[in-house]
Amino acid sequence: MREFAALYWRLDSTTSTTDKLEALADYFRAAADDDAVCALRLLSGGRQSRGVSTALLRAWASEAAGIPLWLLEECYAQVGDLAETLALVLPRGGAVSAADGCGLAAWIRETIEPLREADDDRKKELVHDAWRRLGPDERIVWHKLLTGGCRVGVSRTLVAKALAEVAGIDAAVMTHRLMGGVETAEDYRRLFSPETTESGSQRPYPFFLASALDEPAEALGPVTEWQAEWKWDGARVQIVRRGGGCSVWTRGEELANESFPEILAAAAALPDGSVLDGELLAVRAGALLGFAALSRRIGRRRATKKVLADIPCVFVAYDLLEASGQDLRGLPLAERRRRLETLGLPTFPTADATLQLSPRLDADAWGDLAAARATARDRGVEGLMLKRRASVYGTGRTRGDWWKWKIEPLEIDAVLLYAQAGHGRRAGLHSDYTLGVWHEGRLVTIAKAYSGLTDAEIVEVDRIVRATTLERHGPVRICSPTLVFQLAFEGVSRSTRHKAGVAVRFPRIVRWRRDKQPTDANSLGDLVALIDAAAPSGAAS
Amino acid sequence: MADLLELTPEGLYCRQGDFHVDPWRRVPRAIVTHAHADHARPGCDRYLCAARGKLVLRERIGGAAPIDTLRFGESISINGVQVSLHSAGHVLGSAQVRIEHAGVTWVVTGDYKLQSDPTCDPFEHVEADVFVTESTFGLPIYRWAEPETVANAINAWWRENQAAGRTSVVLAYALGKAQRIAALVDPSIGPIVAHGAVMKMVRTYRDSGVRLPSIDAVPPRARRVGDGRALVIAPPSVAGSSWLRLFGEARVAPASGWMTVRGIRRRRGCERGFVLSDHADFPGLLTAIEASRARRVLVTHGASDSLARLLQERGLDAAPLATRFTGEPPPDDGGPAEESGEETDPDATVGEAA
Repeated sequence: MREFAALYWRLDSTTSTTDKLEALADYFRAAADDDAVCALRLLSGGRQSRGVSTALLRAWASEAAGIPLWLLEECYAQVGDLAETLALVLPRGGAVSAADGCGLAAWIRETIEPLREADDDRKKELVHDAWRRLGPDERIVWHKLLTGGCRVGVSRTLVAKALAEVAGIDAAVMTHRLMGGVETAEDYRRLFSPETTESGSQRPYPFFLASALDEPAEALGPVTEWQAEWKWDGARVQIVRRGGGCSVWTRGEELANESFPEILAAAAALPDGSVLDGELLAVRAGALLGFAALSRRIGRRRATKKVLADIPCVFVAYDLLEASGQDLRGLPLAERRRRLETLGLPTFPTADATLQLSPRLDADAWGDLAAARATARDRGVEGLMLKRRASVYGTGRTRGDWWKWKIEPLEIDAVLLYAQAGHGRRAGLHSDYTLGVWHEGRLVTIAKAYSGLTDAEIVEVDRIVRATTLERHGPVRICSPTLVFQLAFEGVSRSTRHKAGVAVRFPRIVRWRRDKQPTDANSLGDLVALIDAAAPSGAAS
Repeated sequence: MADLLELTPEGLYCRQGDFHVDPWRRVPRAIVTHAHADHARPGCDRYLCAARGKLVLRERIGGAAPIDTLRFGESISINGVQVSLHSAGHVLGSAQVRIEHAGVTWVVTGDYKLQSDPTCDPFEHVEADVFVTESTFGLPIYRWAEPETVANAINAWWRENQAAGRTSVVLAYALGKAQRIAALVDPSIGPIVAHGAVMKMVRTYRDSGVRLPSIDAVPPRARRVGDGRALVIAPPSVAGSSWLRLFGEARVAPASGWMTVRGIRRRRGCERGFVLSDHADFPGLLTAIEASRARRVLVTHGASDSLARLLQERGLDAAPLATRFTGEPPPDDGGPAEESGEETDPDATVGEAA
């Protein structure tokens, strides 16, 4: 436990990838196999099932600290991290950790797993016992294990790199070996086996990324040199169909097979030795559900029946990177596209087809494409993609051949009504804002926004929030309306779940309108007019 | 019976004695607890402070306005009101103001700490009917380690950096914290170098009779200072500024009570922070309040709402008092960092109002 806590703090104290890599490699070099299995699970975001509620932990910690519960909540608002708050208020234990010599796996077995079966009295005993055995910094890490998450800003890729370094093998091979999970010490030892057979066989290609178009499309030259497609509001993936198997890889190079079983099943019908680049879309009854819905699927390791039924997904292909086992990335897009079309996938939208073809938007003039782009919001897409027909499939984000031509966001001016202290870097600063617009002489809340201001502005807004607080409800402050923000969002629709009767999509603050008074802000009527102006239809066609 | 102090637009005012305590506007007669900018403002006609703090106050407010002084514990009568000053242990010359009239005693603590500090007099517990206390770190998460423990940590970090050929830069308020750190660390490790704003106060401390180890100033128009062996003490405003380039490869760590909270450390982007404060921690505040035996407690700047509520629950007549004292503002609470060079006026440095 001590070693894992030390790793946690080493990772936490640096932003340098090299330092993190070194810390991880040091840890895995020294760790026992079963401890390493636990550490891997925790580092890759795996959660320990919760054996005790945070309500009980708060109650016991405030009791041990001799402070009322409300004061602990005040502390939480300042600290922005419950695990840390609990550790900071608890009486300081013995300076030397007694967890010494007890490995992570044993520690979890002894102090966390028994909590699940225990009654509250026994839980309290176990928790107090653990507090006695841990130093303050170790308590924070233990609280994090107890309450679920232990995220410390390391990507799976970084963990894979560190393990690859320890094993002395290629990082991509290690990434592949890590796929499917490491459940036992035996799985863990297999990561370090010298044989490399079959490894890499399901590996995707590095994704080629587009840049945002920041000049008029006409500047790109003749429209005939460009292939235009819809810019989907989905998740970029590659489908790898090789050696009798299939894999769905996200852009974060994570295997998403278990989240998208229906895609995987359909991909089995593709000819062996092919790799498709495209987008996962959430579609129900012909209507695009958008990224928010899709993220509920991505967020799950394993898709449940309910989620599969609620959020059906399709894959639309827009590039072919490999066919008959041949790497096609060096061919011009026009040729890759020709070969992609020979696979015989139906063009999106087609009912009851899981794998579909993303349509080309052929045009004779930029004006035609501009007109198509103007319909993007109605179709539930983000705009257009422009890809040079002669371009090869590159690596990473190389400017010049692939452009995102997104639609302009909708915007209104809204008034700050509530503010809440943020977490992590923003702990103690009121940085989560609830904004409102006018309706019948009153301000009604329409959106929460967490981003868009600079750090200096957040500090300034925090000060104003404190100075204009009318009421406090725990960490939330109700302010007298003085600040106006320009709010951008991707769409607006009617909603019965929101008090104002409308829901905005992906709201974010564009700028602080210091030049405007609250009375200058928009009204609910203005927002509703935006819905009527862009009545949502169904899928793009 | 009228209160001995009331809140006016100028600040805390004693009507019976016709004087202000730490006023934030120009007034005829100001009693100043200590020389930090949120308590001591230039422009008053006449000042009164502790004798130990006279040079420091003069350095801060400048000008020629007369500064009267009292030794700690010495009492005078101002318009029939008995006034005495008692050490607050915050910085050199920092005082609590005891005000007595018609059998009623008020004490205004100013900023204070109970921890030991080789650069100033120790805190004195003073009894009062009404105790006006600060509450900068008035939440139970704030509990300080012994200064020696922090000093050891700074020494170890300094040695570690030295071994790697890196300069160690500690960020500390130019008045008080900087001198305290200079006095706490082990000068045998290597040279101690001070930023101009810090150096100015080092001289004033020495002139006031405080013993400090040998400290080097940064030479004017220097292009490169030291060889990675030094401990540099500089005000927080130099964070992220080009001034730091003088030292080549350097590690920067703020020393502040706020460094308790990981989120604040991370926001500052510092790999390291030392929890060292010139304010009382939560147990320290409760100790001072209890020792005052006051039945009524007014809580100023900091966690005033929650500390007042806690005291109420413990049976005291307690309330927050809305002053313009800022205590030690969180390190990133001072707006954008300014360029801070040799010529910078210490009063102009950001976040200096401790």
